[in-house]
Amino acid sequence: MRQSSKFSPTRRKFIKGAAVAGAATLGSPIAPAIESKPVQPLGPKVPVQNARAETEVPPEVDVLTTEHCGSDFMVDVLRSLDLEYVASNPGSSFRALHESVINYGANQKPEFITCCHEESSIAMAHGYSKVEGKPMAVFAHGTVGLQHAAMGIYNAYCDRVPMFIVVGNTIDATMRRPGVEWEHSVQDAASIVRDFVKWDDTPISLQHFAESAARAYKIAMTPPMEPVLIVADSELQERPVAQKDKLQVQRITRPGAPQGDSGGVAETAKLLVGAQNPVIVADRAARTAAGMKYLIELAELLQAPVIDQGGRMNFPSRHPLNQSSRGRALVSDADVILGLELTDFWGTVHAYRDQLERSWRPITKAGAKLISITAGDLYIRSNYQDFERYPEIDIAMAADAEATLPSLIEAVKRLITPDRKTAFQARGAKLATAHQSALEQAKTDASYAWDASPISTARLCAELWAQIKTEDWSLVSSTQSNWPARLWNFDKYYQYIGGSGGAGVGYGAPAAVGAALANKKYGRLTVNIQNDGDLMYAPGVLWTAAHHRIPLLSVMHNNRAYHQEVMHLQRMSNRHNRGLERASIGTTIEDPNIDYSKLAQSMGLYAEGPITDPKDLGPAVKRAIAAVKRGEPALVDVVTQPR
Amino acid sequence: MSILIALVVVFAQTPTPRGNPEAGKALFAKIGCYQCHGREAQGSTATGPRLNQNPITYTRFVSYIRKPSGEMPPYTAKVVSDQQAADIFAFLQSLPKPAAVENIPLLK
Repeated sequence: MRQSSKFSPTRRKFIKGAAVAGAATLGSPIAPAIESKPVQPLGPKVPVQNARAETEVPPEVDVLTTEHCGSDFMVDVLRSLDLEYVASNPGSSFRALHESVINYGANQKPEFITCCHEESSIAMAHGYSKVEGKPMAVFAHGTVGLQHAAMGIYNAYCDRVPMFIVVGNTIDATMRRPGVEWEHSVQDAASIVRDFVKWDDTPISLQHFAESAARAYKIAMTPPMEPVLIVADSELQERPVAQKDKLQVQRITRPGAPQGDSGGVAETAKLLVGAQNPVIVADRAARTAAGMKYLIELAELLQAPVIDQGGRMNFPSRHPLNQSSRGRALVSDADVILGLELTDFWGTVHAYRDQLERSWRPITKAGAKLISITAGDLYIRSNYQDFERYPEIDIAMAADAEATLPSLIEAVKRLITPDRKTAFQARGAKLATAHQSALEQAKTDASYAWDASPISTARLCAELWAQIKTEDWSLVSSTQSNWPARLWNFDKYYQYIGGSGGAGVGYGAPAAVGAALANKKYGRLTVNIQNDGDLMYAPGVLWTAAHHRIPLLSVMHNNRAYHQEVMHLQRMSNRHNRGLERASIGTTIEDPNIDYSKLAQSMGLYAEGPITDPKDLGPAVKRAIAAVKRGEPALVDVVTQPR
Repeated sequence: MSILIALVVVFAQTPTPRGNPEAGKALFAKIGCYQCHGREAQGSTATGPRLNQNPITYTRFVSYIRKPSGEMPPYTAKVVSDQQAADIFAFLQSLPKPAAVENIPLLK
């Protein structure tokens, strides 16, 4: 016989406090307990849902409603964290929290954003955070939902992006409804993703929830920023709260970002000022617009070249000291290399050859000094190998690069003599000439295959640039084959947000929608160059964009393949002397070709395509931008060359 | 040693065999050259250099595809015959120069 949950000690505890409120709500005397017929054993996983069972007076149930539930307090906590949105695919393990957000919280701060897949929820939060600089919340089931979300969380972890994940779970086994709630409950929900969240907790009281939420937020926002996760027990959510006044929302004081030690900063300044050929390499260096400003100041003081590896918008693309296209040559010639938040310092200073015998060699000059400033040194986990190969560094500062730059700038200023300043100016002039040559070369390179069909990626980016350059734009996807970085003028922090971090495919489309959501209130034109294979992981996010009126211009880079994998298959086929005629098996997205404009239209987007003639591209993008300016998402499908 | 030198000299002086540009164009697509170098051999900084209007000798071309020193996968004679290599080379030689940047408004 199934027991009523009333007999649970925990249930009894809250009912005691809620009985008066519950009776008042009912507006009539509590119905006396009646002797019910024996409950028939239920078939497995099939709860009784017929009219008789629904209307029958349940045995010994004396309170059926409450107006003060734990999830309301959880919403109070989330509000204290200034979370604008919660991205979520609905799930019963957080049904009370969902209901509290939309009713108790009036669906404001956070506003519920309906997603069609938890991977989309997470990637939306990822893209949002990179524009807004603070977390978005995500709600997910503790089991199947979190499993769906896992890859996206790993991307965010690799990309050092904060997000606030709340997962529902029913911890007390005696409280679970028979059937699916058991499959959707778990002993230790966070274990699924513990290797790639910075902190998690499973609170067992509401006050515990409040304190852990505050702690989690603080941890997420301290460099290196990372996702955090809190389990919201369904009983905690749904149980009435007797004395809400005794619960306290915590005040958060965020710690300052860790700065490089004074000795390391002084020695670095000395090496940089004395170097003949210093190079600054930046990957995730600029966490904010201030970071970009600091990097410009440092580079200009030294007239040193900057190689922007693109993890963030680190340095203006048209700045004369931007020498990103000459990265390898400059590293090879450098006597001092300053790496700022590099994902892969070893890979930056080595050449690697992926042939039958894998081989590598350093590309640096003998005696070149390598300096690293990265918060990555403060936080390395064992299992997942995103930390890359061990680099031999001369000065390593385990610190946040952006927070360290001001003191490094001051240290450099103190050491610059008139002689060095003269030498720097001569170096800067040469670099400016090289920068201009690189820009001219980029234009020449773009002229090849200009009229080709499928459309070249250079033509796609040039046509797109022509339409957006007078707008307040923000590119929220990768820079395909580097063409935007080579041809466009990036000079604002929000104009580029870097990549996925973990290279998990399926990030692009939802991250773009999340970034567009963040850009919406600033009135920016959000631009997404969308890969076809990426979109097909979870295209439902297009519906989310339409449903929530998120303006976003997506231009498809539709090469009808998982192109990276085509090249890997090609490499293996050649290596094994078997020819290439079958390399397309399992790697291409053809037969039938996908009509992405119809796909987008079916979900409520303005869409055009497939565009195969380059002459049609500019006008199509122009019409799509007009739709975006009306507040809609729009998509232009462009059939492109592979890269 | 003298035999080796003689072979090297002969190899270096091997005249460019007659290739068929049309066959070469088909091969360029069929065996996947375009995947890294683009369908018009325009190249990409991300995958492979431009081959259009970037002349190298036939000897150097064949030598490189057989034993590339960099990242390119090797194309042995079992995968691409000498005649097929010549056809591809002829296709690359036949590609026209693009319009001058000054004549492309979007690139000015």
